Amino acid sequence: MAIQSPSLDLGAGAAVCATPAAHARGYWQQVARRLRRDPVTLVCAAILLLIVASALAAPWLGLADPYKTSMIRRLYPIGSPNFLLGTDELGRDMFARLIYGGRLSLFMGVTPVALALLIGGTLGITAGFLGGRVNMAIMRVMDVFYAFPSVLLAISLSGAMGAGAENTLLALTIVFIPPICRVSESVTTQVRGFDFVDAARASGAGTLTIVRVHVLGNVLGPILVYATSLISVAIILAAGLSFLGLGVKPPEPEWGLMLNTLRQAIYVNPVLAALPGVMIFITSICFNLMSDGLRAAMDVKA
Amino acid sequence: MLLYALRRLIYLVPVAFGVSLLVFALVHLAPGDPISAIVPPDAPKEVVDKLKEYYGFDKPLPVQYGRWLLVTLSGDFGTSIGTGRPVAQEVGSAFGNTIILAIAACLVAFSLAIVLGTAAAYAKSRVVDRLVTSIALVGVSVPHFWLAIVLVIIFSVELGWLPPMGLGPENATGWRLDWPHIRHMILPTIALSVIPLGVMTRTVRSTIKEILSMEFVTALQAKGMNDRQILFHVLKNAAPVCLAVMGLQAGNLIGGSILIETVFAWPGTGFLLNSAIFRRDLPILQGTTLVLAFFFMMLNLTVDVIQTFVDPRIKRG
Repeated sequence: MAIQSPSLDLGAGAAVCATPAAHARGYWQQVARRLRRDPVTLVCAAILLLIVASALAAPWLGLADPYKTSMIRRLYPIGSPNFLLGTDELGRDMFARLIYGGRLSLFMGVTPVALALLIGGTLGITAGFLGGRVNMAIMRVMDVFYAFPSVLLAISLSGAMGAGAENTLLALTIVFIPPICRVSESVTTQVRGFDFVDAARASGAGTLTIVRVHVLGNVLGPILVYATSLISVAIILAAGLSFLGLGVKPPEPEWGLMLNTLRQAIYVNPVLAALPGVMIFITSICFNLMSDGLRAAMDVKA
Repeated sequence: MLLYALRRLIYLVPVAFGVSLLVFALVHLAPGDPISAIVPPDAPKEVVDKLKEYYGFDKPLPVQYGRWLLVTLSGDFGTSIGTGRPVAQEVGSAFGNTIILAIAACLVAFSLAIVLGTAAAYAKSRVVDRLVTSIALVGVSVPHFWLAIVLVIIFSVELGWLPPMGLGPENATGWRLDWPHIRHMILPTIALSVIPLGVMTRTVRSTIKEILSMEFVTALQAKGMNDRQILFHVLKNAAPVCLAVMGLQAGNLIGGSILIETVFAWPGTGFLLNSAIFRRDLPILQGTTLVLAFFFMMLNLTVDVIQTFVDPRIKRG
């Protein structure tokens, strides 16, 4: 769950291997071809697609009402008639809750990384390309956030702001901005040193044009790959915050929160109590394998 | 060497300043003002105002920050709202419990990771490599608090071999390594060690693989050295990178043990932080975060300095 420190040579391979933006289409076609030939990545993508699609389409799948409680049918075991995966501590259908749970769990994991990619990426590319004082200012602020272990920062922030999905999203976004910013900065600094940037400048291109045409195409790959590797961390962390009671509030179905409320049932129905964690595990392992596959396909050095 | 350490230390000053600013801001991120957390909602306005004055919350923020910083630097972290005991005392006793668990988890994770990672990098058969990378993948992907629950289900509920929670027999103080204490440490240690195990195994494997493909290894082979002699050179070259990641992982263990400590009711800093959050005990929240962040900074500094011992080429800064 800990955010791995971005190694500084992360972009080296990509910056060299990635073809300049003019040939970008050829590069992406190559990436797509490599991905199509990678069975592990394809299987993971399929599983994730299934989880996401069923979560999104949950209301139309004819599932039981995930909020409907019943005092008489609490903690039915797995395989009960009408309740495929049993019922939880309040008699709600587990299968429906696990499917519905994907909505919030995935949303809470993916959104912070996407937001952090936007903010951290922009900051990092700015710092890397402009260098000098701007770089100093941005990166020193990031150093402050780096002085906190990531989990501690997430928990302290959302703990201080109080429970709730919005606060968790905000806290997680803040946690993921610094690592993405650092990677973006180091990759951009490397790309900026290449001759084609000097050539573009010499032929009169403005800063924005250089960034848009010559830099972005070369840095986005490594940054994107790094960001995808954070998604599994984010999903586990978001579930962890809900597990502590800091994230999503009951009665919403969310995997981390379900693990928490089912903890009282481990003496009655232990397998049932562990089910939501299996969903988190599968999702996170698939995201990790996909990220690895993407890294290999895009030829980014780890 | 000493100069490098000193330079790093000086560089930490602005960072530490930023950290203190962020920790101070934690209290003001809280909804409402800090006083409303400790007084009943129907408290008369005079009482609230008096309390505000007493705690200095009526002053402008920069003044409040300055006062807080001065008081904190003198070692006074304030008083816990929940227990009325000094924050420093509460955090201090919890910190020891967190550390012992972290040390145990680091020992398990790092030693196992070095063996597994090296074996995978050297493995001629794909099976060994596949097996080790799968273990590493599980380590970085498993939600460790869920694993903690699963461990409790298997070893406490079903088998009844190990205790599901707590520090040890009644009135246990930790830091005593007899069987009743160790029994209580086994499950939390395993749950805590999976992430660093996964991360380190990956790091060791990829680092050693990269070094094995370097020319100096071929040169050593050409000189007639056997594998074991070469292994020494390889490990020496892998050490700086692995040490850096180990330092980060150790720090993350100490700062990130809150979920595991909550599952096992282990009275460490994470447990303290968790209960502080739900009692709205902001001084404890602030104090714990500050202590852990500073420990993390110092740990990283130490690792950086050790790195220069292991690899004299490192002259950064």
